[in-house]
Amino acid sequence: MASNSLFGPIDPATDAGYEAAPPRMGFFTDTSVCIGCKACEVACKEWNLVPDDGFNLLGQSYDNTGGLSANSWRHVAFIEQPARAHTTMPAAPQSNVAAARTDVRTGTEPGIGPAVDALAAAGTAGPEFLGMPMSDLPGRSGDGERTDFRWLMMSNVCKHCTHAGCLDVCPTGSLFRTEFGTVVVQEDICNGCGYCIPACPYGVIDRRQDDGRAWKCTLCYDRLGDGLTPACAKACPTESIQFGELDVLRERADARLATLQEQGETTARLYGEDQGDGVGGDGAFFLLLDEPEVYGLPPDPEVATKYLPDMWKRAGLAALGMVASAVVAFAGRRR
Amino acid sequence: MGSNMAEAHPVGFQWVVEAKLRGAKVIHIDPRFTRTSALAHTFVPVRAGADIAILGGVINYILTNEKDFREYVLAYTNASTLVSEDFRDTEDLDGLFSGYDPETNTYDQSSWAYQGHEEELGGTTHTERETAAGLQQESHGPPIPGDVARDDTLQDPRCVYQVLKRHYARYTPEVVAQICGVPEEKFLEVCEAWTRNSGRERTTALVYSVGWTQHSVGVQYIRTGAIIQLLLGNMGRPGGGVMALRGHASIQGSTDIPTLFNLLPGYLPMPTYDQHETFREWVDSIRHPGQKGFWANAEAYAVSLLKSYFGDAATAENDWGYGWLPRMTGDHGTYQQVMDMIDGKIKGYFLLGQNPAVGSAHGRAQRLGMANLDWLVVRDPYMIESATFWKSGPEIATGEIKTEECRTEVFFMPAASYAEKEGTFTQTQRMLQWREQAVEPPGDARSELWFFFHLGRRIRERLAGSTLPRDEGILKLAWDYPMHGARGDEPDAAEVLKEINGYDLTTGQLLTTFNQMKPDGSTSGGCWIYTGVFADGVNQAARRRPGQEQSWVAPEWGWAWPANRRILYNRASADPDGRPWSERKAYVWWDTENNEWTGHDVPDFEKTKPPSYRPPEDATGVQAISGDDAFIMQGDGKGWLYAPSGLIDGPMPTHYEPAESPARNPLYGQQANPTRKVYDRPDNLTNPSPPERHSEIYPYVFTTSRLTEHHTAGGMSRQLPYLAELQPEMFVEVSPQLAAERGLHHLGWAHVITARTAIEARVLVTDRLVPLRIEDRTIHQIWLPYHWGNEGVVTGDSANDLVGLALDPNVLIQESKVGTCDIQPGRRPIGPALLRYVADYQQRAGLAPDHHTPIVTTSEDGNHGEQ
Amino acid sequence: MSPRGGDRPMVPRAQFRSYYGRPIVRPAPWREDVAAYLFAGGLAAGSALLAAGGQLTGRPAMRRAGRAGAMAGTLASTYFLINDLGRPQRFYHMLRVFKPTSPMSVGTWVLSAFGAAAGAAAVAEAAPMLPRRGTLGLARRVLPPVGSAAGYAAAGLAPALATYTAVLLADTATPSWHVAYPELPFVFAGSALASGAGVGLIAGPETPAKRMAVLGGGLELLGMHQIETGKGVLSEPYHQGRAGRLLRTGRALTLAGMAGAALGGRSRVVSALSGLSLLTASALMRFGIFEAGMHSARDPKYTVLPQRDRLENP
Repeated sequence: MASNSLFGPIDPATDAGYEAAPPRMGFFTDTSVCIGCKACEVACKEWNLVPDDGFNLLGQSYDNTGGLSANSWRHVAFIEQPARAHTTMPAAPQSNVAAARTDVRTGTEPGIGPAVDALAAAGTAGPEFLGMPMSDLPGRSGDGERTDFRWLMMSNVCKHCTHAGCLDVCPTGSLFRTEFGTVVVQEDICNGCGYCIPACPYGVIDRRQDDGRAWKCTLCYDRLGDGLTPACAKACPTESIQFGELDVLRERADARLATLQEQGETTARLYGEDQGDGVGGDGAFFLLLDEPEVYGLPPDPEVATKYLPDMWKRAGLAALGMVASAVVAFAGRRR
Repeated sequence: MGSNMAEAHPVGFQWVVEAKLRGAKVIHIDPRFTRTSALAHTFVPVRAGADIAILGGVINYILTNEKDFREYVLAYTNASTLVSEDFRDTEDLDGLFSGYDPETNTYDQSSWAYQGHEEELGGTTHTERETAAGLQQESHGPPIPGDVARDDTLQDPRCVYQVLKRHYARYTPEVVAQICGVPEEKFLEVCEAWTRNSGRERTTALVYSVGWTQHSVGVQYIRTGAIIQLLLGNMGRPGGGVMALRGHASIQGSTDIPTLFNLLPGYLPMPTYDQHETFREWVDSIRHPGQKGFWANAEAYAVSLLKSYFGDAATAENDWGYGWLPRMTGDHGTYQQVMDMIDGKIKGYFLLGQNPAVGSAHGRAQRLGMANLDWLVVRDPYMIESATFWKSGPEIATGEIKTEECRTEVFFMPAASYAEKEGTFTQTQRMLQWREQAVEPPGDARSELWFFFHLGRRIRERLAGSTLPRDEGILKLAWDYPMHGARGDEPDAAEVLKEINGYDLTTGQLLTTFNQMKPDGSTSGGCWIYTGVFADGVNQAARRRPGQEQSWVAPEWGWAWPANRRILYNRASADPDGRPWSERKAYVWWDTENNEWTGHDVPDFEKTKPPSYRPPEDATGVQAISGDDAFIMQGDGKGWLYAPSGLIDGPMPTHYEPAESPARNPLYGQQANPTRKVYDRPDNLTNPSPPERHSEIYPYVFTTSRLTEHHTAGGMSRQLPYLAELQPEMFVEVSPQLAAERGLHHLGWAHVITARTAIEARVLVTDRLVPLRIEDRTIHQIWLPYHWGNEGVVTGDSANDLVGLALDPNVLIQESKVGTCDIQPGRRPIGPALLRYVADYQQRAGLAPDHHTPIVTTSEDGNHGEQ
Repeated sequence: MSPRGGDRPMVPRAQFRSYYGRPIVRPAPWREDVAAYLFAGGLAAGSALLAAGGQLTGRPAMRRAGRAGAMAGTLASTYFLINDLGRPQRFYHMLRVFKPTSPMSVGTWVLSAFGAAAGAAAVAEAAPMLPRRGTLGLARRVLPPVGSAAGYAAAGLAPALATYTAVLLADTATPSWHVAYPELPFVFAGSALASGAGVGLIAGPETPAKRMAVLGGGLELLGMHQIETGKGVLSEPYHQGRAGRLLRTGRALTLAGMAGAALGGRSRVVSALSGLSLLTASALMRFGIFEAGMHSARDPKYTVLPQRDRLENP
């Protein structure tokens, strides 16, 4: 398993050494039909015995989870976008600061805490401060052709990357590639080194504070083994979360995108479907209605390991430089 | 409309999403932008409590532009029927219909009758209001004679079509904009979409929920929707209809086999002490000898029910035990009971699956009532507020309830949850679905079936040998069910369902249809409309054949009453000659080769009665139903655009302002529903509305509803960390404009004040609420979820504490979807200071304890009823 | 970047969108143990080189100081490394596998090997204190050659130990670490040399230590200059806040240490002060780099802007 490729479109299970691996399985999350019911979050916790995430009103629309964390393996994002024509809104310069301050403990320490939106903090003019979030967030100032208010909802999850940074850097072998092409943490191996956490280009995997180990979505590995659908997809009432063979899902997503674009949803796009992207495509990909960062996703993620050979080369050069320096330092006759 | 389906019915909403994927246009009309609006093509913001105005506008649009489905309207509705000359409209009487009696605030309905039938109806409707008689019409229309005068040209000024047209003539797009705050172009978009998508080839479905029902004119809201759907030919046809989404799992079931004071199973009325002294009086009041329709067989249903209740003890000699049934003496509705509890007239109370301390309107009255009982039994999976009000309710803080003085003895009985017991759910489509027991309930928790069976058994043991007449009924009950389950003491729910289905007592066979029921005591059946659920000895409700393995109507998934019929009145899906209106919308039709009705669903018509059948002159009952009378349960076989009887508050819906409104009714002098049920008491003061003075003290409109993340009063969600964390705190949604006006800050605290109390909540400032222009002023609306109380993992003030009690006259439902309030920044006062704070508001609003809200507000020259 | 309305003052280059300003990538869950670990590892590596040089060129004081520094550095870095694990008792799970794709796995093996060698070399210094006879006497005789071999082995591993930590940081999605991957190994190599030199200078004002100080410090400063100026918006975190203060102080101390080493002549005091200055500087640099990366992860700006730029200007 140590020989896996670092870049490019591959079949990860085969690459990891599985012989006659079953088809790669994954999620296609179609956010255009998400109703924000959060059944996925609850079903996931019920099945995987994930603890609660604290009881904090975040004021991020109806999102009181905040983000993916060790204790939330599905997260439903809510984004309220007034119409472009909407101009009567009192803007709120400090809004994100205010929102951030309410967040006592989201996720797990030292998990994500809302940061200050630099633009918001930079000061936007407005008649009155209401402490509303998102004054500068997606769509609030209008950025498209829309004339109607929009409320975007999106169930986020681990992407199960083709080239998974978390898996690559795990020093214990606790993270492994399954025969379904998914990425899973073995909780009996993980020693909590935490390296996988900054290695994830999506900020998904997280260390649980009281337990010290890394946790994330397993794509219900135990259910997959029994031929069952993962809990979140099973619970999703509108089939926003679709589970299946990745090849089939990609076809379905292409068709869905074409339909939406025909209907005039020009902002619709697929995210994580392209196998040529920086992580070799995601095992869990999405149909989005706005730019990825609006949903808290990186616009062009890359697995850091893509550059690892280069990094070792540079390290080697630096090491040589170090040796050379030492030689120079001690060269010559003693005075 | 009046429904936040995506949030309150997310599982059902999958079908809306499915329809959308197949090309359906979804329109959402609501006071605020919800998760349903997010998925809709068009969102139309409307002022809470103004739905009849916008729907009346749609009717006006249809009639003015002649967009109605004329052939359907002529054949299947009462559009051509002539109305009595004596009838006067609200347009003539400043908001009242003819026959109003200001003494009782009810109507004498004789002038509403069809022409020539004025004498048969009539009399005051006071008793009907007190007993919520409108509920009886869930399965059938009110009585009406079949022989009526018609004008098929629809030109006669007294025909229903013309009466309707005149009634709604003033509901123009401009007036709709003025009353509802809906921009004219949005309104016209709705009208055009609705009418364009209705007719021979297309149908439109209308979905509503408690956002419509919980109003002082709630029943008329639904009537307005029904009128539109009838005019457009959307009833009895696939893809059409008026879909009521119920408030809880199996609420439909608990009206079919009711937990209501005024109904017996199958919508048989509960007898009233003075009107139904004898079995004959009771049965005749249901079946109306001489009328047409299926209701004529009511005696068979009634006798079978009594045979189920009393078994062999029910005989022809003792009128099948009719004498053992309790009788109504007036309003025994839930809110009357609360008042009676406060007044010390009620001693004991059972709560099952209910948490009125949080979930019912006017929480303070609920708690004060419960604190004045001798005993209270609470059955719930969790220790809910209604079981702990005596030690930790809000009135402990204010000093209104003192634990050491509270006389109520509370018995908490742990209850099994839905996964821990077997039985059925009946959902909104009237479909019964069998539910298996997944796990044994923990500890002492037991099912309701267990509880009631063993309670009854023990009571009967205690009463054994009693000769008191009042005990006789209980002792005569057939109270014997086979036991099973892990402990061996659980009554077999399937046996109960069989009892409900009914038996042929001579053979012991289960009945397959209610047509087999007989009035001679040879059949039994606990709920006639459910007969067939155990047809052929098979639990039909337990069928789960996947959709792809059967026809698109999916008749083998569960079982729907009546007779597994999935769409009621589906005779209307074919034209008067029995041919489908269009190939695309073919559903049920007359098979000319085999001479019978056939189609995708079970025809809602006599199988072999041809479309051409016309009844003989003197026919009654089923025989009197004509071959084109699609609405077979109605007395005249027609869908009612105009209701000559059956409604307390008028034959046609009229825009009235809510009982609490910041606006004067722009259409009529009559401000609010003149027949609404009020409880004018010091502990139920109503905020002043125009034309009363001081309405500015409570200047904003509030509405309450649900979040997906919580379950009703929170008993099954605030106790569970996985749900509680998703919406962890009570909050109030306000528009940015209102926030600026009142100095409210996002995530800061605010409190909301009504004449009942003040509650506090965190503020969510959101663009999903928009201020509306109503006439010349801005109306701000605020929204509150009602899930919080003081027990559980997450706690907060209860929105229902704000709501006062003003009820719809037809079914006695409270107006909890709209009221007026004030909102102020910061937290509310605590302890006795809260009472002083609320009293100060009352004083400024001119609400003395003996204050009476005027009911009739017509202008001087307006009339109080017929002159 | 989509165009924005003109209804508010703009901050140039700060135009980006995010989800309520929340981070996109997650900062490492590491406490400052890891920064300390970087320093201690570098110190151990630099000291091992110093010790080997002293050994080779017959400078026993320098050898002893170097071996002690290497030993202390190894012990400290092992402590910091294990202490920062979520499950410290499972430290040995690191030794289940060897994964070239995981710098931490590589580093663990390097540290283990280095630690064994450096430990042996340090223990060998105790030989003169052992009795001359018996088993321990045998050890007294065997230890010095073993120590020499171990010392050279440690020195051979030292460059790997010093530079792998740069890969460790750079092989993450933490924006300001990752973007610095070409320079970071040189910074760490230089910093390790400088801290090794620091140990040497404290031991005495000898020329090799002085040269090492100047070469190491120079390498470090050059590399840091690249990182602090050449990475566009991702250079920002190296200037701002606590990271900026740490790095500025570190740079000043490095310069002071270099100057002291170059110009201090035979003064033992100046030499020792320069050594201390270099050691402190090395520590501050590590803490500063650590902090800058964490900061870049916490603010979504540093994730969104460069990626947007990459998408729009491929």
